[in-house]
Amino acid sequence: MTQNLHSDLPDPVKIDIIGFLARFAPLIFLIVLMAGFAVGEPRFLTPLNLFNVLRQVSIYGLLAVGMTFVILTAGIDLSIGSLVAFAGLVAAAVSKGGLSNRFTVGAGQEAASHGWYLAALAAVAVGLLGGFLQGFAITRLKVPPFVVTLGGMSAFRGAALLFAAGGPISGFEPGFVWMGQGRILGQVPVPVVIFLGFAVLAHIVLRYTRYGRQVYAVGGNPEAARLSGLNVRAVTTSVYVIMGFFAGLGAFVLSARLNSAEAVAGTGYELTVIASVVIGGTSLFGGVGTIFGTVVGTILIGVLLNGLVLMNVSAYIQQIIIGIIIVLAVAFDTFAKSRRRTA
Amino acid sequence: MTQIGKRFPGVQALDDAGLEVLPGEIHALLGENGAGKSTLIKILSGAQQPDSGTIEFGGQRVTMASPHDAQRRGVVTIYQEFTLAPNMTIAENVFIGREPGPGVFVDWRKMAAETRAITARLGLQLRPMSIVRELRVAEQQMVEIARALSMKSRLIVMDEPTSALSSTEVEKLFRIVRDLKAQGLSIIFVTHRLEEVMQICDRFTVLRDGRLVGSGAVADATIDGIIRLIVGRQVNALFARRERAVVGDVVLSVEGLSRRGNAQDQNATVLADVGLEVRRGEILGIAGLVGAGRTEMARAVFGADPFDAGRIIIDGHEVHIRSPQDAIRHGIGLVPEDRKQQALFLALAVRINLSMASHKQITSWGIFIDETAERAMVAEYRKKLNIRMASPEQLIAGLSGGNQQKVTLARWLALGPKVLIVDEPTRGIDIGAKVEVHNHLFELARSGIAVIAISSELPEVLAISDRIVTMREGRVTGEIKSEDANEEILMSMMTLNAKAA
Repeated sequence: MTQNLHSDLPDPVKIDIIGFLARFAPLIFLIVLMAGFAVGEPRFLTPLNLFNVLRQVSIYGLLAVGMTFVILTAGIDLSIGSLVAFAGLVAAAVSKGGLSNRFTVGAGQEAASHGWYLAALAAVAVGLLGGFLQGFAITRLKVPPFVVTLGGMSAFRGAALLFAAGGPISGFEPGFVWMGQGRILGQVPVPVVIFLGFAVLAHIVLRYTRYGRQVYAVGGNPEAARLSGLNVRAVTTSVYVIMGFFAGLGAFVLSARLNSAEAVAGTGYELTVIASVVIGGTSLFGGVGTIFGTVVGTILIGVLLNGLVLMNVSAYIQQIIIGIIIVLAVAFDTFAKSRRRTA
Repeated sequence: MTQIGKRFPGVQALDDAGLEVLPGEIHALLGENGAGKSTLIKILSGAQQPDSGTIEFGGQRVTMASPHDAQRRGVVTIYQEFTLAPNMTIAENVFIGREPGPGVFVDWRKMAAETRAITARLGLQLRPMSIVRELRVAEQQMVEIARALSMKSRLIVMDEPTSALSSTEVEKLFRIVRDLKAQGLSIIFVTHRLEEVMQICDRFTVLRDGRLVGSGAVADATIDGIIRLIVGRQVNALFARRERAVVGDVVLSVEGLSRRGNAQDQNATVLADVGLEVRRGEILGIAGLVGAGRTEMARAVFGADPFDAGRIIIDGHEVHIRSPQDAIRHGIGLVPEDRKQQALFLALAVRINLSMASHKQITSWGIFIDETAERAMVAEYRKKLNIRMASPEQLIAGLSGGNQQKVTLARWLALGPKVLIVDEPTRGIDIGAKVEVHNHLFELARSGIAVIAISSELPEVLAISDRIVTMREGRVTGEIKSEDANEEILMSMMTLNAKAA
């Protein structure tokens, strides 16, 4: 009995304030926040500090780019922090020239060590494999993403602890370390370049490719996607593989920046990353969101935390603020969704 | 209930509808899909409020403010979709919200004993502590009835109670219903099955287009007479018959399509030996009541649901269809029944919705969407199907139902299918857009596509089809050329067991 009897005249364009806000609110909020901090704390708006903020968020940012794919399909990945730790340790061990050499430090190990690209490959391979296993469990064993990745969170952390055998692996060859600590043109931190480079790539994939369309379609309405001939299972699996890729890449950059990998690395990353994506306007219900939004959301959280640190706000209060912001962002998303439904 | 009126946005669901039920009788409420039966029942049971009219119950004028209010007065409705909590016990379900016991505690012993007493009154042997999920559909229905009895009901409304039951289970239900009647309860039976009306009901009321069109004693009526009341209207002038296209070779034929088991009951017959064929340039109408297996047949052919047995033959070759992707590769398209749930991406633009099935044709360099080609595609169908929109970039949620449906149609046309299945192509769209959609279907057939059109509206089936196949309970019950058919003939083919025509 639900009838939709509009007149047969051309449909008027709805002036969609909610939609406009959903799209630009994060950016407006970011600008306001930066202006506020700039007034309150002169050190904030210096190039040095701004690049610092960007460098601090670049690993979260890489993960958030991957997480955007997952959340666009209405999924979630809680395992990324653990996967980062595990992939980082494997990369570190490869860089040191294998498991047996992994705790050797000093000039003697230089000869045995491999180039940074092998370490990067190892980290990414671990990430891809971890992501694929979870995607497989979600699509073939039909376990909800929340449960699968909660399991992954525990399993990957366990693998990392086992692999590390108690100690951190540190002291890498200079090429590896440069990927985390170096600067291009003496100014721009390398992790920032990696983050923004992959963000642009991901934007192109989501916005301009067939695959990107399929991600939005599967997230927006999986049944309609299936009935339109899309391979919903393959697309769903693929987003976890992509997330795994970014977890591996993030692990590599994190190890390089710290010049060390340890089993407790990445703890709690999932919350910050999911917050960045959601604050950037990507809907937890799937089908709505952009990489641009995610980048803004990531920087927003980075700026917020940086500004609070500069203003000597306690780390505990920062956590409270992040928590509240996540809930508000999702509340807004739920509201925007109900508006879409009744439109 | 007298002169009940109910208006939904854009449609008058009930207009001067009425119903009179006597104490201790079984009363059939009849009408076509969309005649207003469900709405009337929802008003009676307090789930919806009427815009006009009055309800009298037990000689007093009453307002059924809410389902709870109606239950308190002794009116309980058993809907087609059960409202049981599947993971709880029978006893818990019977007494849900009214558990006996002191304060916040539940007296399980008492609850079980009372449940046993009620089920015994129904002549059932059910253990009160069984989990509802593990019961058969018929038994779950009995639990619903037990719950109704435990509320000391005086009037029980049953919405299509027999649609999910086997014939022995129907017999059992009828025995119980007769017992209840003997105990002085009144029962309203909503059904499509006229044989059952003749078998068990005392009186009947027929609704058509939201109005009361007739009522009387079953003993004085004939099935033919009731069918005429249900169908009623003269041939609808709005749906002018078209010129028939030249019909060509058989494109799709389906043989022996069978499937058992649905979400509720793994032994239910969903499809039984369904066979049909459709030719190039032909529109094959599929008529049947809700639950006859029409949609299930369409989804099986399209690969959306699995089937147990049967062959699908396209252009003379058997094909294996296990997914919609397979079906699309073989040139079959499906415009599904529920636009919003199954076809539309409400949060995406019209352009993106329209091209969703035909990305292959607008791809450049193997991976990128060629948006210039895509815009041209959208512009083409916007013009061809007269899709009214402000811009291809607007969200599809903002279009009217008719225009949304045209976008869904365009999605498949862009793919150039051999066979297009349209399931309830004009559901929920206004009359002007309906006629437009019909004309587009004629145009498709003329261009050589074989069209299978499923519709619950008989005038629509008659107007658009060249040939009509009727289904009931997962079986094909007859086939007729549409020029030989009228609504009464179709209705009897759809409701009776015997093969007609």
